[in-house]
Amino acid sequence: MKTTLILSTALSGLAFGATAQELNVVSWGGAYEVSQVEAYNKPFTAETGITVNMIAADNPATPLRAQVEAGNVTGDVFDIEVSDAIRLCDEGALVEIDPAMLPAAPDGTPAADDFVPGALQDCAVANIVWGTVIAYNTTKFEGEAPTTAADFFDTETYPGQRGLPRNPKRTLYLALIADGAAADEVYDLLATDEGVDRAFAKLDTIKDQTVWWEAGAQPVQLLADGEVTMTTAYNGRVFDAMVAEDQPFEIIWDGQYMDMDMFVIPVDAPNPEAAMEYLKFATDTQRLADQARYIAYGPARMSSASLVGLYQDDETEMAPHMPTSPAALENAVLDDPEFWADHAAELTERFNSWLASS
Amino acid sequence: MANAALDPHAAIATTASGVGSGLLTTEDGKPLARALVRSQRRARKRAFLLVLPLLVFILVTFVVPIGQMLTRSFHNDGFSANMPQVSAWFAETERGTPPDEAAWTALATDLVASADARSIGVVGTRINYDMPGTRSLFTSTGRQVRGGMEPPYQANLLEINEDWGDPRLWSVMREASTPLTANFYLASMDRTRDETGAIQQVEEQQRIYATLFWRTFWLSAVITALTFILGFPIAHLLATLPMRRSNLLMILVLLPFWTSLLVRTTSWMVLLQQQGVVNDILVWLGVIGGSQRLQMIYNQTGTIIAMTHILLPFMILPLYSVMRTINPTYVRAARSLGATSWTAFRRVYFPQTLPGLGAGAMLVFILAVGYYITPALVGGSSGMLISNMIAQHMTGTLNWSMAAALAALLLGAVLVLYWVYDRLVGVDNLKLG
Repeated sequence: MKTTLILSTALSGLAFGATAQELNVVSWGGAYEVSQVEAYNKPFTAETGITVNMIAADNPATPLRAQVEAGNVTGDVFDIEVSDAIRLCDEGALVEIDPAMLPAAPDGTPAADDFVPGALQDCAVANIVWGTVIAYNTTKFEGEAPTTAADFFDTETYPGQRGLPRNPKRTLYLALIADGAAADEVYDLLATDEGVDRAFAKLDTIKDQTVWWEAGAQPVQLLADGEVTMTTAYNGRVFDAMVAEDQPFEIIWDGQYMDMDMFVIPVDAPNPEAAMEYLKFATDTQRLADQARYIAYGPARMSSASLVGLYQDDETEMAPHMPTSPAALENAVLDDPEFWADHAAELTERFNSWLASS
Repeated sequence: MANAALDPHAAIATTASGVGSGLLTTEDGKPLARALVRSQRRARKRAFLLVLPLLVFILVTFVVPIGQMLTRSFHNDGFSANMPQVSAWFAETERGTPPDEAAWTALATDLVASADARSIGVVGTRINYDMPGTRSLFTSTGRQVRGGMEPPYQANLLEINEDWGDPRLWSVMREASTPLTANFYLASMDRTRDETGAIQQVEEQQRIYATLFWRTFWLSAVITALTFILGFPIAHLLATLPMRRSNLLMILVLLPFWTSLLVRTTSWMVLLQQQGVVNDILVWLGVIGGSQRLQMIYNQTGTIIAMTHILLPFMILPLYSVMRTINPTYVRAARSLGATSWTAFRRVYFPQTLPGLGAGAMLVFILAVGYYITPALVGGSSGMLISNMIAQHMTGTLNWSMAAALAALLLGAVLVLYWVYDRLVGVDNLKLG
């Protein structure tokens, strides 16, 4: 009896391994995962017959690194931030990706020229451009509405608590911009002690009226609860609350922090060929444009922009809500992964030390 | 020997014969002592086989991973394994030796090899832990020297980036040239090494861990005290009420205990935030004005309130189980001999509850020290604990060595505490239920 049990368990394990090909994609969950399933996975399965399993993680770079270190890689494709992609690539954890292998734009422009600057790295291909933006609750301000990053720090004119993420990466730049620095000098300033001091001095002015958030869903909730009147948040989440849930929110595009999400394939991925097929398929012009139908994140290809149409409610025009729209780019800070690879640890410690001191 | 009937070995003893021969033997003539040992050995073996699955489980899922994780806190071969030649040069020379041509050659050779093997990022990351801002020096140089490099190495490397000549960098590389390091522990105590290798405090604005350790232990102690003050009367009530009513009360204790931690934490957020239920009621009652809403959450107060509530059952349950066994006649006897109710409580009742109190306090304190979700959600900036920092290093900065060092210090502190408790109260006095 015991032997039968062991045998049948072993056999069912074998049978499971031998089923039709599967692909494990590790991403961030939530509305973003839904947009990827709709725009990438469903057509990919229809075309190739390969089932795609979506696995959600708080930050997919963490399981990626853990799997590579343990020598037991189960994910085939990971969706991670640029700084992590560069770092893990330098550490030899990722497969190199030749831009020549990626599909060209419909008009024949090679992929290398079609992606936005910074979207192609040695081991990574971006799929979306997203922004951290200032959003406010329109019902909270009678009279004039806030319009600039400086207004975020002006609690006299625009009273109420503020929401900021608990990390230096997406707070220091905003303080500098509100303090009058131009978007393109932010990193030069942050590289010096005086610049960092200046940013913290500005943050000091609203420190006791700030609620610090950590997960992307929190700021939108805080805004909806009325716990804060103004907060920074990921633009896709704010859009979702505004359009899909009819919340009285408005976005200020001044001082947007622009980031990219990248697809990478770890070394020793269980299905490297299928993973590469998926990566090529998902980052072609049409698929990236399709994704914008489900979430307000900008496609990483320039040729996709003209194909971006309506939101899934078939009424809302998506183009103006994109972090890549001309108005949004006016005073935007582009993420500098090299800077953060060098300085994240040091600035995070200083930031936490600043937070802990009252 | 009151329960001799229950003793499996008693049968052997009672059937033992040969009293007259001087040596006790069993019925079939074997020496009794040996038979006894054999039978006990078999029983022990059976008991061991029964716990074997748990032992293996704990070993595989707990001891080994924790051991591996803790190893990272003092073992990091990111530099030494990928830069063998320059590591060898460091091993041969004294600290303070300025890099000679042999050192530059070794460095250049290692850089080329490491860049080709795509391990240069590991090397840079390791050095960046000890000297922030240097990671890109390694990776960008690596990109330029991939495939080979021409002598003179010193001049060429300095031309690529003059930071290669920084004596602090060479000092940090020397530190990292052996896989064993104490630097992560130093960093966990807000200490660092200067160029000469001497230990000093980090700049004031970078200090954080000592504050957080202190705050973690202080808040845990406060929370333990609060659970005691709030839990003791309830446990007493539970233990003395008639069974039917105490069972009803017990459900009120257990129901929150069974509710998800996350649900309870978010409920506190709904209740305590500035636009929350409690503030709304206070404003409605006119106790405070609409613009003076109290800040009760996203700070230390929020952490203390939510954690006290969540950990309360861990204090009540052991106290209750001990109190139920206390015979009420002792207190009655004390009262009949003239003690006031306070004296009877203080000298007769309370000392008997100590095993439960000890167990409850240990449970609450140790759980509080490692708490993570609640302070992360309601702690704000002043209610953050050391576990939030460990999580940040695990998932944010991916500096697992640092996370391991902080965790090891936390574990060490808890073990020391346990030891002190054992010396003062005695662990055998612990009663969990």
